[in-house]
Amino acid sequence: MKILVAVKRVIDYNVQIRVKEDGTGVVTDNVKMSTNPPDDNAIEEAVKIKEVGKATEVVAITVGEEKAQETVRKALAVGADRGIHVKADGILEPLAVSKILQKVVEKEKPDLVFMGKQAIDDDCNQTGQMLSALLNWPQATFASKIDIKDNKLEVTREIDEGLETIEINVPAIVTCDLRLNEPRYASLPNIMKAKKKPIEEISASDLGVDTSPRVEQIKVEEPPKRKAGIKVANVAELVQKLKNEAKVI
Amino acid sequence: MAVLLIAEHNNKELRPFTLNAATAASQIDSEVHAVIIGNNSEEASKQLSELPVIKKVLSVEAAHYENFTAENYAPVVFKLAENYSHIICSANTFGKNLMPRIAAHLDTSQVSDIIKVISSDTFVRPIYAGNAFATVRSNDNKKCVTIRPTSFEPCESSGGSAPIEKIDAGEEFSNTKFVKREEIKSDRPELGTARIVVSGGRGMQSGDNFKLITEIADKLGAAIGASRAAVDAGYISNDHQVGQTGKVVVPDLYIAVGISGAIQHLAGMKESKVIVAINKDGEAPIFSVADYGLEADLFEALPQFMEELNKLNTIQK
Repeated sequence: MKILVAVKRVIDYNVQIRVKEDGTGVVTDNVKMSTNPPDDNAIEEAVKIKEVGKATEVVAITVGEEKAQETVRKALAVGADRGIHVKADGILEPLAVSKILQKVVEKEKPDLVFMGKQAIDDDCNQTGQMLSALLNWPQATFASKIDIKDNKLEVTREIDEGLETIEINVPAIVTCDLRLNEPRYASLPNIMKAKKKPIEEISASDLGVDTSPRVEQIKVEEPPKRKAGIKVANVAELVQKLKNEAKVI
Repeated sequence: MAVLLIAEHNNKELRPFTLNAATAASQIDSEVHAVIIGNNSEEASKQLSELPVIKKVLSVEAAHYENFTAENYAPVVFKLAENYSHIICSANTFGKNLMPRIAAHLDTSQVSDIIKVISSDTFVRPIYAGNAFATVRSNDNKKCVTIRPTSFEPCESSGGSAPIEKIDAGEEFSNTKFVKREEIKSDRPELGTARIVVSGGRGMQSGDNFKLITEIADKLGAAIGASRAAVDAGYISNDHQVGQTGKVVVPDLYIAVGISGAIQHLAGMKESKVIVAINKDGEAPIFSVADYGLEADLFEALPQFMEELNKLNTIQK
């Protein structure tokens, strides 16, 4: 079984983002970037499946600017075998990314495609589902447990009401929840080894995919600030305020 | 052209967020039709037809729609889409799973999780876990939009009498099979819709100590939340997690106990109407979003809080 894992470079989840003063977006210059957290879970799961002998190859792919390649390199350092970097600049919408992934899937013919359930920058939560639609493959979104049974996967999904289990036939798409596993750290020797693993570079236009945005970003602004609250001296005052001032209890 | 709302239901009744999505749909266009795809879901169809904002209900019934599988749902909506300018549903796990599959079929770039309708093509949506708001305009002919349910009031649930039209079912997608659903049953309100949420963090120090929170939640008729730190430490199960990677909650009252207020947690609760923070570290970031902050040891404050609540003659539920 061959697994393709899509990873995205985003602003690190510990960074407090800042909105640009001109309202055109979010400051990314000199800001720490890293792999989208649930994409790390996707890589980890694929590598684990390979380690137990159920996968033969793990290929990491990213779509984006020059520096996006760092996320592929990181995936190689934690166990992916080779990488693909589809170069594209500017804002990439999930629809464009899923069309690019579709082209790569048609060429690479993986049995499974894994990725995080959502990117923490645009918070779209679309790419995996869109790719499944384009390929007409089954989708298991928000996966917190994956059991491989021959050519089927039994996947537990995190849904609002609790947990749902579905069985899907390979080939299939799985989008990963943070609860799926605990991503490992890359060891120094493995980081060194990863530098020798191949990364194929392709451009989005070579794949014939138009990546121009369909949704225009008119402005980006800070959310309304909460007005400063007060400190209360004791519990009695707190309960009195909640009852008589805020009127919420 | 009219707007098509995808109803969420459990085959017996509508799920509550359908009413919030109906409100959002009616802000885009006054002509709102709703499609309900299910199995033996007549009762839910009837409820849908009674929403005054809905002008027409399209009902699609088949055994393979019993479990809301996106692979079965998407082709139904795709087929109906030619008559509509917008397809709308909630941005909960139901809509998140389904809508992109429809959007890709329609070659439309979806607008996810909107919190405000500016016009029929322009919407506001949070990005970076709510740390920025983006105003976006969709230039696609057909617009697929998911809405954040807690940002729209539920619509009226009675008084309407929209006609119900039966639509032929589509084929079954055979590569996906539903196995089971384990719903977390609780007498308490659901975290995502509760009027009051009481949450504990790492400061609780153990799972046992969460009983201090449970007691107060029961008294207030509140749901119980937790920070990721408390979940990771094993104090409480992960379905209670509030934050960027858990649930986003917007209750009337959010009480954060022993929660320092990491960025990821704030993202999940800072739109709450009234926020209370109880923490012994006066410098904790949670105080920067709290309307009422109490700098105190929670192990002293919570029993006192319970005592004070017991003294009240009435408590709003």
